[in-house]
Amino acid sequence: MATATAKTPTDRGGERSASGTAPARRLGPLRRMWRSSIGKKTVMAVSGLLMLGYLVVHMLGNLKIFFGADEFNGYAHWLRTIGEPFLHHEWFLWIARVVLVAAVVAHAVSAYQLSRRDLAARPVKYAHRKARTSYATRTMRWGGVIVGLFVVWHILDLTTGTVNPRGQAGHPYENVVAAFTTWYGNVIYVVAMLAVGLHVRHGFYSAAQTLGATRAGLRRGLSAASNVLAVVLTAGFLSVPIAVMTGAVH
Amino acid sequence: MRLTLRIWRQRGPEDRGAMATYELDGIAPEMSFLEMLDTLNEELADRGEEPVAFDHDCREGICGACGVVIDGQAHGPEPTTTCQLHMRHFSDGDTIDVEPWRAAAFPVVKDLVVDRSAFDRIIGAGGYVTAPTGSAPEAHSTPVPKDAADTAFEHAECIGCGACVAACPNGSAMLFTSAKVNHLNSLPQGAPERETRVLDMVDQMDTEGFGGCTLAGECATACPKDIPLPSIAAMNREYLRAVRKG
Amino acid sequence: MPDAADHTTQAARADLPPYAQYRVGEPIADTKAPSGPVQEQWDTRRFEAKLVNPANRRKYKVLVVGTGLAGGAAGATLAEQGYHVVQFCYQDSPRRAHSIAAQGGINAAKNYRNDGDSVHRLFYDTVKGGDFRARESNVRRLAQISVEIIDQCVAQGVPFAREYGGLLDTRSFGGVQVSRTFYARGQTGQQLLLGAYQALSRQIAAGAVEMHPRTEMLDLIVVDGRARGIVARDLVTGRIETHLADAVVLATGGYGNVFYLSTNAKNSNATAIWRAHRRGAHFANPCFTQIHPTCIPRSGDHQSKLTLMSESLRNDGRIWVPKQAGDTRPPAEIPEDERDYYLERRYPAFGNLVPRDIASRAAKSVCDEGRGVGPGGQGVYLDFADALARLGRPAVEEKYGNLFEMYQRITAEDPYEVPMRIYPAIHYTMGGLWVDYDLQTTIPGLFAIGEANFSDHGANRLGASALMQGLADGYFVVPATLGDYLARHPHDDVDPDHPAVHEAVGEVTDRLYHLLSNNGDRSPDSFHRELGELLWEDCGMARSEESLRKALERIPELRREFWERIRVPGSGTELNQSLEKANRVSDHLELAELMCLDALHRTESCGGHFRVESQSEGGEAERDDDAFSYAAAWEFTGSGAPPVLHREHLAFEHVHPTQRSYK
Repeated sequence: MATATAKTPTDRGGERSASGTAPARRLGPLRRMWRSSIGKKTVMAVSGLLMLGYLVVHMLGNLKIFFGADEFNGYAHWLRTIGEPFLHHEWFLWIARVVLVAAVVAHAVSAYQLSRRDLAARPVKYAHRKARTSYATRTMRWGGVIVGLFVVWHILDLTTGTVNPRGQAGHPYENVVAAFTTWYGNVIYVVAMLAVGLHVRHGFYSAAQTLGATRAGLRRGLSAASNVLAVVLTAGFLSVPIAVMTGAVH
Repeated sequence: MRLTLRIWRQRGPEDRGAMATYELDGIAPEMSFLEMLDTLNEELADRGEEPVAFDHDCREGICGACGVVIDGQAHGPEPTTTCQLHMRHFSDGDTIDVEPWRAAAFPVVKDLVVDRSAFDRIIGAGGYVTAPTGSAPEAHSTPVPKDAADTAFEHAECIGCGACVAACPNGSAMLFTSAKVNHLNSLPQGAPERETRVLDMVDQMDTEGFGGCTLAGECATACPKDIPLPSIAAMNREYLRAVRKG
Repeated sequence: MPDAADHTTQAARADLPPYAQYRVGEPIADTKAPSGPVQEQWDTRRFEAKLVNPANRRKYKVLVVGTGLAGGAAGATLAEQGYHVVQFCYQDSPRRAHSIAAQGGINAAKNYRNDGDSVHRLFYDTVKGGDFRARESNVRRLAQISVEIIDQCVAQGVPFAREYGGLLDTRSFGGVQVSRTFYARGQTGQQLLLGAYQALSRQIAAGAVEMHPRTEMLDLIVVDGRARGIVARDLVTGRIETHLADAVVLATGGYGNVFYLSTNAKNSNATAIWRAHRRGAHFANPCFTQIHPTCIPRSGDHQSKLTLMSESLRNDGRIWVPKQAGDTRPPAEIPEDERDYYLERRYPAFGNLVPRDIASRAAKSVCDEGRGVGPGGQGVYLDFADALARLGRPAVEEKYGNLFEMYQRITAEDPYEVPMRIYPAIHYTMGGLWVDYDLQTTIPGLFAIGEANFSDHGANRLGASALMQGLADGYFVVPATLGDYLARHPHDDVDPDHPAVHEAVGEVTDRLYHLLSNNGDRSPDSFHRELGELLWEDCGMARSEESLRKALERIPELRREFWERIRVPGSGTELNQSLEKANRVSDHLELAELMCLDALHRTESCGGHFRVESQSEGGEAERDDDAFSYAAAWEFTGSGAPPVLHREHLAFEHVHPTQRSYK
């Protein structure tokens, strides 16, 4: 029965702390950051804010459709000429696309890795479930996936024209009008924009928290700003299909 | 009061465990939740069954030992610890679900008892000021601005009960870790180790298998000591500051 | 002097219960405090202490049992010094020790207020407050060290209350004339404990302390007259382990839970100190227990523990009961002239602010007269109506808001509308293992620190002094004196097969086996409750020869019944909380007997020990310095067998004994 001191402090779960690869403190600051949950959240916050900035510009550009086909198509053409003559034709656009793709990949990879960690951290669910977090918070993961799938659809629809009923290069106004003449085009777009709104509502405020916004006044402002951003973005984006559906844009 | 209790029973860490149902009569509204469990346990023992194991000690809401999930809420419906929850918040005929803290980093030891030693290791990673006994300067040699002292105190109130982890949909320990980081990092005494503290504690937190923060806010709602949610943002800031400083 | 002053001689004790027929042994004396002026003793002792070469310290293994203020501080400091520390606590984490529940504050003679405080004044107040039953040399050291404790805690980041200028705030506490109590809102104990816990955690992470949480010490291993290890039970696996070492430090707290209902944590227990006592450590002054007057009364038979509310409530609350026994009207319906503000009536000078023991006894006596209020008539009103009218609600809220909230959460009564109900409860034990100036017990190599020893508070502890003593012992005293012991006892390994090791393990396993296999019909709690009620009645706030004799008759019967009828479900090879309880209650059943005997033998009233036979006409406690100016150190001779009394004579050269008066 008598045993000499055999039990060590690691006997109870302590080995978890000793496991893993090289101790984090020996890594460089960036690798150390990427390995940590807060670091990955930071990557998500920065890439998310970048994409959010893009969305705001995109939405404002979309509103040009209300000034007629010539102005809208002219705007689309101008986008390809930004930076000329310093940049070659369409180079700015391609740089923007590369940056955006990098942001999407970074956002998605971090989200995937963090989600896996989060799900693993709660392997057994409660028998008595009680959801009290906001809808926006709970739908971040699936909302993100929906938005990601929509981006693919959206590119095939209005960039390459592959799935667009009209799909004529150089005629974005006409393609947009055509896209919203099908019921599925509208449904996909509306659902995706609602998802974007929810995602932005929680995402923008979260990003600010991840980046360390702590002052009470600032937090209140940011919370209000994320609501405003979400509503304005969603409304702005949705105004286009609604206008097409109601015949205001044709 | 007459109650139906559905309680998680699990013989040991390797056992699968399941909810078991018990009928309990004669519960007084003045009883604390733990006294209600005491009553159940005496009855179980009288029937020759094994009592329900649960952690508890001070029963004053300060030691942080107790804590169960009651009807899906960590520490139950009131913003306090399980030991300070009274049965008057329930009604005759209620069915009450009682479960242990659920998190990969808090494995179940038995019934409602979980292993929270991960918290101790997070503190051990950096939740201290290196001040060996005898090395201290005269207490008044470093005045501490009152607001810094108050901020430190507000975070130092954490009792390490683990309700934040239990309530978080991601089983995250960010609120717990941030409470200690902010307590010590807001004081001049904590300044020399300000960067290593947050980096090492966050590393340990991740290593223990806690999830990340998605700002669900459940932790701060469940916290019996009102550690505020922005505490997490403050720790994020400390973390990024530490990374920038290398 | 000792035997001449022995009131109850051997012959006179013949008609007492067998256990009370104790023998008086050789006097005992502290031999460690150096001679010379009292203010230089600690410096001299530290200088005279032998040192262990830093390179050799790692070889010495020291077991520290308990992780409260004393244990946590000692474990961290000994590890910092380089010793190999192995530490134990029954809780799941060292951070949960019951020191955490202390509310009020910690005294230190900093004299930051320039209000006339000094080390000497703190020394004086503590000896006087202890009703002249403490050892002067120890108390003087405590007062001296108090100053360093604050420095140490501030350096650790303990968030003490501060003023706008950034300097530490203090308040006056427990009726002293100076403002020397440092505090962190109502959670001073928590903050100090977390400071010690963090220091300990640093050493655990560094590998200097081997921490065993959820592990309970069940016996002491004494080899060749020296403490060389402990037998402990892993509370999760049930495994019985032996840990062998060069020295053992007990920091396991007090024994207030012997009363079942107390303000102690539910699992606080006396097993470690009682087992050490059984192995040869003398137990001193067990009858010195402190009762706190402002606790929330019990609400029924289900009550599992009592909650203390800060004594500061008595500054503005008025205590009263109805004049008529059996008056069950709600308080608001009892007119002013039918209320008895009994403290103000009996003690016009001090009124509601009389010391703890007097306020407690007065409450009990009015309740015994049938004038108590609330469920079971075990409570008195603490009424803030006057304060609310005089100061206004905002001022009262500012001062007592959090206490009112706590009261309301527990009782569901709003103290702004209805008077609070309060009742006294056991909350601290001054008695404990006898230790010398080095805090070493009568077993060489066994040290006792914090509430576990008997040393500094005499017969009554002052408010905000428990935290001070725990940290003084842990951070500063034992790390200095333990080194001296180790330096005089070069390291050698204990043979794990030594008969003493087998004997201790055998006793522990036999006991657990008996508890598990008895298959009786009563639970550990039922015995614990019965014992507690018995002690509360017969050895509580007021003790008499009759009540103590009765208790001494009953306790052995109860103990016999315990071993015949105890029932512990489950097995010993798993987490089994019933087994833990049963084992602790079995020790309480022995300790309670010694407590009653000590109370019976000390026929004077002093501090927390009130003998109804020894009071003035006005009901004041009367000390008997001629007969009892000593600490009673009891030697164990066998379970239920009469112990041997060793007296340590107490000399007062600096603080001259006076009788208290609060009229």
